Amino acid sequence: MTKATDIVGAADHGHDEHHEHHIPKGITRWLFTTNHKDIGTLYLWFAFIMFLVGGAMAMVIRAELFQPGLQIVDPNFFNQMTTVHGLIMVFGAVMPAFTGLANWLVPMMIGAPDMALPRMNNWSFWILPFAFLILLSSLFMEGGGPAFGWTFYAPLSTTYSSDSTGLFVFSVHIMGISSIMGAINVIVTIFNMRAPGMTWMKMPLFVWTWLITAFLLIAVMPVLAGAVTMVLTDKFFGTSFFDAAGGGDPVMFQHIFWFFGHPEVYIMILPAFGIISQIIPTFSRKKLFGYASMVYATASIALLSFIVWAHHMFTTGMPVFAEMFFMFATMLISVPTGVKVFNWVATMWRGSMSFEVPMLFAIAFIVLFTIGGLSGLMLAITPVDFQYHDTYFVVAHFHYVLVTGAVFSIMAAVYYWLPKWTGRMFDTGLAKWHFWCSLVSVNVLFFPMHFVGLAGMPRRIPDYSLQFADFNKWISIGGFAFGLSQLIFLVVVIKACRKQGEKVSDQVWEGADGLEWEIPSPAPYHTFETPPVVK
Amino acid sequence: MKRLTSSVTVVLAMLATSIFSSAFAVQTTEDGGALNLRRGVTDISGQVYDLHMLMFSICVVIAVVVFGAMFISMYLHRKSRGAKPANFHENVKVEIAWTVVPFLILIFMAVPAAKTLIAMEDTTQPDLTVQVTGSQWKWHYKYMDSDVEYYSLLATQQEQIANKFSKGENYLLEVDRPLVIPTGKKVRFLITSDDVIHSWWVPDFAVKKDANPGFINEAWTKVNEPGVYRGQCAELCGKDHGFMPIVVIAKEPAEYDAWMAEQEDIQRRAKEEEQRLLAMNMSMEEMMREGERVYNATCAACHMPSGEGLPGVFPALKGSPMVLQDINAHIDIVYNGKAGTAMQAFGKMLSLKDIAAVVTYERNAWGNNTGDLVQPKDVNAVATGN
Repeated sequence: MTKATDIVGAADHGHDEHHEHHIPKGITRWLFTTNHKDIGTLYLWFAFIMFLVGGAMAMVIRAELFQPGLQIVDPNFFNQMTTVHGLIMVFGAVMPAFTGLANWLVPMMIGAPDMALPRMNNWSFWILPFAFLILLSSLFMEGGGPAFGWTFYAPLSTTYSSDSTGLFVFSVHIMGISSIMGAINVIVTIFNMRAPGMTWMKMPLFVWTWLITAFLLIAVMPVLAGAVTMVLTDKFFGTSFFDAAGGGDPVMFQHIFWFFGHPEVYIMILPAFGIISQIIPTFSRKKLFGYASMVYATASIALLSFIVWAHHMFTTGMPVFAEMFFMFATMLISVPTGVKVFNWVATMWRGSMSFEVPMLFAIAFIVLFTIGGLSGLMLAITPVDFQYHDTYFVVAHFHYVLVTGAVFSIMAAVYYWLPKWTGRMFDTGLAKWHFWCSLVSVNVLFFPMHFVGLAGMPRRIPDYSLQFADFNKWISIGGFAFGLSQLIFLVVVIKACRKQGEKVSDQVWEGADGLEWEIPSPAPYHTFETPPVVK
Repeated sequence: MKRLTSSVTVVLAMLATSIFSSAFAVQTTEDGGALNLRRGVTDISGQVYDLHMLMFSICVVIAVVVFGAMFISMYLHRKSRGAKPANFHENVKVEIAWTVVPFLILIFMAVPAAKTLIAMEDTTQPDLTVQVTGSQWKWHYKYMDSDVEYYSLLATQQEQIANKFSKGENYLLEVDRPLVIPTGKKVRFLITSDDVIHSWWVPDFAVKKDANPGFINEAWTKVNEPGVYRGQCAELCGKDHGFMPIVVIAKEPAEYDAWMAEQEDIQRRAKEEEQRLLAMNMSMEEMMREGERVYNATCAACHMPSGEGLPGVFPALKGSPMVLQDINAHIDIVYNGKAGTAMQAFGKMLSLKDIAAVVTYERNAWGNNTGDLVQPKDVNAVATGN
């Protein structure tokens, strides 16, 4: 008994020595850190760098498509650009950005001192840069990098791919391990480390959506790992999972891939729903409408995401009843998604709104994400999907939900919590420039893609017939403008990190509500070492 | 005041986005060619177009209602206008309503969609069957009811793609030998592939079906009006995915029958010619000229016009032992292909003379000066195993 007390005492003592002024300095701070805020920062910077790298590849694509004919790159390199752009944006930009936000915010929102598994947290971040170094280095190998689309359909990715496919497979494995570890950490933290009184139905929606996302990650990342492993053995070790000549089936690859791929889509949008559900009430100065229905809607979307995968495969030649099943199941998803949008609008209704930068991004999210959602509903209708499938209409659809959806929500989140992280208000004038430039250019970029898609332009082509020339010019101009606009974002964030700007209060925003707004700004290195009591 | 102007700007800009979307709606009512889906030339494609417009209109109405409510709220319930926040945060009746009403709308959409889908997938009782085979990067058509079969390749000149010549009207949408089908007949397509997955898509027929290697998919069409209809491969299939268009000519049944008789005749005479050539010896000059033509049309996509290939993807022929050494091994790989690689069996695509010419060309071009001259009978010997 005395011994136990001693240990507790010793721990207390050791803790005193590591007080807030004693933050490790230099590169080792970042390499060895187990602090959720440091790791969150690492994830967010990594995601931003990857966003710029993936964006640079999109600029190459748009430059080649600026006018008909081949001008800048050869078709093989063009295919590598579309492939690596997709992989980097999905696995390198959007997913790490959400994990970074979860690291920063989940402990602060539930009143926990840190993530439950801090060393694993360090590990799950630090393997990521290696994954992307491997992926990017494959571009410089003989034969070039992956050129089979981010969906790597067999047999294009097996028999007909370059030898660097092995590197691609290895990097996807590392990304998957990183995601699974991150997800385990989120789940264990939320289950075990909530402050007294923080019951399930009191958790902020960002925490709820991330909890559900983490379960999706654990369910489907192993499926992706299985798919890439089968590609690896088909290509290098003579198996025939996806080769009809050996008894396999190339369409089976697509079933496995999309069984991962569709929940993956929701992995990239559910945390965004959480962010928007935090921001809209703050700047409407009114409680979120329909909290419980938001939670249930999120859970239903997650469950439905497991039974809709084949809507990506309507043209592969399925039995007509399978096509109908997947059509109806897909249409059903619009019900809980609609509930969310209605709830946000009802939260704004008869509120007392102001339009600070996070709110601007949140409102743009609702409008533009809904446009993407509605085109998604159109895509669900199988007979019409036969016309839309693999055209720019699909490209427009998923960029509306992923760029003006997921990416805009991440930007909204950064602007919303940045003052809490740095203790200073960012340059709001510059941030508004960032918003308006992004809003206009992103629509010039993606809206005309609906038209060229309906008019019949297939996706993933380096050259096109003359009827599409005018629109593609505008799309490219929008693309360059959107790319450049993100440099404004970079400047705003760097200025804020350099502690420029006015000091902010603990609450930061007038209507903000939640545990993270009760701690000092900037958030101290260690928070909630003694748990708060939630009333 | 500044607050007010800024929030008015917000509302205006958001409205601009919706107007942008409704501009699209206006365009579509005029059936405005380059902006919207085509109505197409079959009953099915017409139904698909109507479904598309129905879905689109419903989506526009939903968007107008939801965004409308939002913009009104953004205008009226602003802090700068002195709005005080209300206290409500749930309402069971409203929440049930906006779960049930969308569900009913979905049922309204699902019924016509299912009907059209069932009609589209009914490939029974065709008048005519054509096998469509995709391969990197061309289509092969085989009329199952006769002996006629041929490849269909991109006809746009490389110089147009490289911006050396000005681009023609049907740039990238023209082929050397289009598929020809009769109007008013139910034509069934059996779609498959020799290598990777391709997708055979003709927008005017609302037919898009993947060509999966080792499996056969079915689709059908019944074209109402004679004409030329153009499409493209819709599934990423490697380097030249953007360069394998589809052209279908629909002819009146009588014209179609005449065309078919002519094709059968041409195909028969080609076979006779092949036999005659077996006994002949061609000159080096002629074989090099023919060989260069065949090479640029068939081989250059992978092995490149310079014969240098793409390192790590497609092997070089310039200075390659395969090309410089054993002639029969060289003929064999061209004729039978190489399993497990992108090298196809060209025996069924090219004539004996074409293969002889292209092998001769490869053995003498780009400094591969072997001096070897290959004759059709040499190819025939390899092909028949003698």
